[in-house]
Amino acid sequence: MIGSSHRQSKRARTSSRPQPCPSHGRPDPNRLDATFRRLKDEKKKALIVYLMAGDPSLDATEKLVLALEQAGADVIELGVPFSDPIADGPVIQRAAQRALNNGVSLRSIFTMVKSLRQRTNIPIVLMLYSNSICAMGYETFCQTAKDAGVDGMIVPDMPPDEAGPLKGPAEEAGLRLIFLLAPTSTKDRRMFVARQSHGFVYYVSLTGITGSKLTDVADVAQNVEKIRKVANAPIAVGFGVATPNDAARLSDFADGVIVGSAVVRRIEECRHAPDMVEQVVGFVRSLKAAMAQEQQPAPQ
Amino acid sequence: MTASLPDRHGRFGPYGGRYVPETLMPALLELEAQYAKAKKDRRFQTELAHYLKYYVGRPTSLYRADRLSAKLGGARIYLKREDLCHTGAHKINNAIGQALLALRMKKPRVIAETGAGQHGVATATAAAMFGLQCEIYMGTEDMQRQALNVFRMRLLGATVTGVDAGSRTLKDAISEAMRDWTTNVRTTHYVLGSVLGAHPYPMMIRDFQSVIGREARKQILAAEGRLPDYLVACVGGGSNSIGLFHPFLKDKKVKMVGVEAGGVGIVSGKHAARFAGGKPGVLQGTMTYLLQDDDGQINLTHSVSAGLDYAAVGPEHSFYHDQGRIEYAYATDEEALEAFDLLTREEGIMPALESAHAVAHVVKLAPKMKKSQIVLVNLSGRGDKDVQQIARMRGVAL
Repeated sequence: MIGSSHRQSKRARTSSRPQPCPSHGRPDPNRLDATFRRLKDEKKKALIVYLMAGDPSLDATEKLVLALEQAGADVIELGVPFSDPIADGPVIQRAAQRALNNGVSLRSIFTMVKSLRQRTNIPIVLMLYSNSICAMGYETFCQTAKDAGVDGMIVPDMPPDEAGPLKGPAEEAGLRLIFLLAPTSTKDRRMFVARQSHGFVYYVSLTGITGSKLTDVADVAQNVEKIRKVANAPIAVGFGVATPNDAARLSDFADGVIVGSAVVRRIEECRHAPDMVEQVVGFVRSLKAAMAQEQQPAPQ
Repeated sequence: MTASLPDRHGRFGPYGGRYVPETLMPALLELEAQYAKAKKDRRFQTELAHYLKYYVGRPTSLYRADRLSAKLGGARIYLKREDLCHTGAHKINNAIGQALLALRMKKPRVIAETGAGQHGVATATAAAMFGLQCEIYMGTEDMQRQALNVFRMRLLGATVTGVDAGSRTLKDAISEAMRDWTTNVRTTHYVLGSVLGAHPYPMMIRDFQSVIGREARKQILAAEGRLPDYLVACVGGGSNSIGLFHPFLKDKKVKMVGVEAGGVGIVSGKHAARFAGGKPGVLQGTMTYLLQDDDGQINLTHSVSAGLDYAAVGPEHSFYHDQGRIEYAYATDEEALEAFDLLTREEGIMPALESAHAVAHVVKLAPKMKKSQIVLVNLSGRGDKDVQQIARMRGVAL
């Protein structure tokens, strides 16, 4: 990785050190794996923050990533805007449209990630739709992503059944291919999907699209326990995590909590304000604080 | 080469598949299993045949268009009259089939997308008849173009929800319907209207629409004692065309032409001719030819006919395009409007603007053929729904 700058946190430096990966049995420099391992050792849970790359601008996204790392984000999930995002609710649809209106492309996002890698080692995972990968070609995509400093990807419209041609190039490039499970997933699907998911398993907390309302935390907990029995990778829960309280309740049993629409909505609301970054940082801090409190033993 | 397609992964060669959120995978697997069972179940098939005969009005006639043939001065032209189906288009063949499946799966609610409104009307009709709750998604641009069909659906008891995203047409209506299905999958069956989307939809809808080709094959053999030289049909998603073509695929001498929407011309970029201007990619559940830019963003499309105004084509069409088994051409808005007038004046049959694209191709094709040759055109729908739009385009206040 790029030499240490003063902005790098102690955590980031630690996480960049190659460590053996249990699933491959060889040294693995993947930042995502290292972060989850470190958090596990520290008995902490990962806060994964989603940003739409290029909303309101690529410069702003770059600033946000660095500021949110300081605010306590452990992993950044970068959305790649797509014209027809079938898994996303209105908040992320609007963000994607803004990014596309700004002329953001997959290549300009890779350039931004490359620039970010001069200053941070926070794990970066792309969330993008199948056609963005298809258009670039599976191998070119994986190599370019690796060269930029991406650690993995989530492709919401590519279940493992269709990911065959992506697996080889992803593994070759050391990228983690993260698959999703949902409340509707059957036992067979849990086995099939969980075992192929690397980096983490993304559990969709509700039957719906991003930004829906989380209702049944007990049901989420049960499903996460079922997945844990068959998964090698850590389990992160996303979709519908809107408040510090949601994040705290989920981090009680999940290895990570993904907050997307709630962050993107704040960016939307204050995208013209001079203190946009500070406002988003404030929200992410409150999520992190709530999660930290949850992880302390209850007072007698 | 055709009997075994799609394969068990829902693939037609490299095309097709199931590119959907995991939330929908169990529902697609269930639908595939239920459909496989229903297909073999004589009771289901008898019930379907019953509704197709007594409710839809099948078989639809195969009409020899003598005045049109004489006017064009070449091949004998036959029209497969899907416009005579109940609700005015072939869409009802599929809507009835899927509504019966929804009942089998005990799903009390159906949803659908619609472009021209024909599939929405067909689904709302089937839902009314079977007592299912029904919600239709429609782009707001299409709602304007097809105001009459919007009102028809509401009269039938369906909720029509406008979609104000993207190009506000069929593509955006499908995305919104998929989001609804993702949210309500436990109680809802998604009645997709064309041979698009994830497996098993392209296969299942092709099967439901193949009744068109099976009838046409029998009818032309009865009328002429031989098979036609050409089959012509318009291709939006491609359900009426695959429905006509599929039962003829093994008849090597029968040539087939699918006609896409040329809009205001390919060079302008304002069209929906996927084979003329697109390349393979993934959209809304399937891998197929798409109109897209270099970054994989889906292009906005244009056609005078809402039913052809879509950036992707059914995956089975992509396969037969690459194989060279089916030829794909396009007709522009202008050509389609001229064909609309021609058929209306010469035969007293007002075609849907979608079907007028197929007729427009026949206008180019038939004069080059011998009088002994036969062209069979699928008249997939009637033009009543387009009358208001045509009046508006001609500046006529109704």
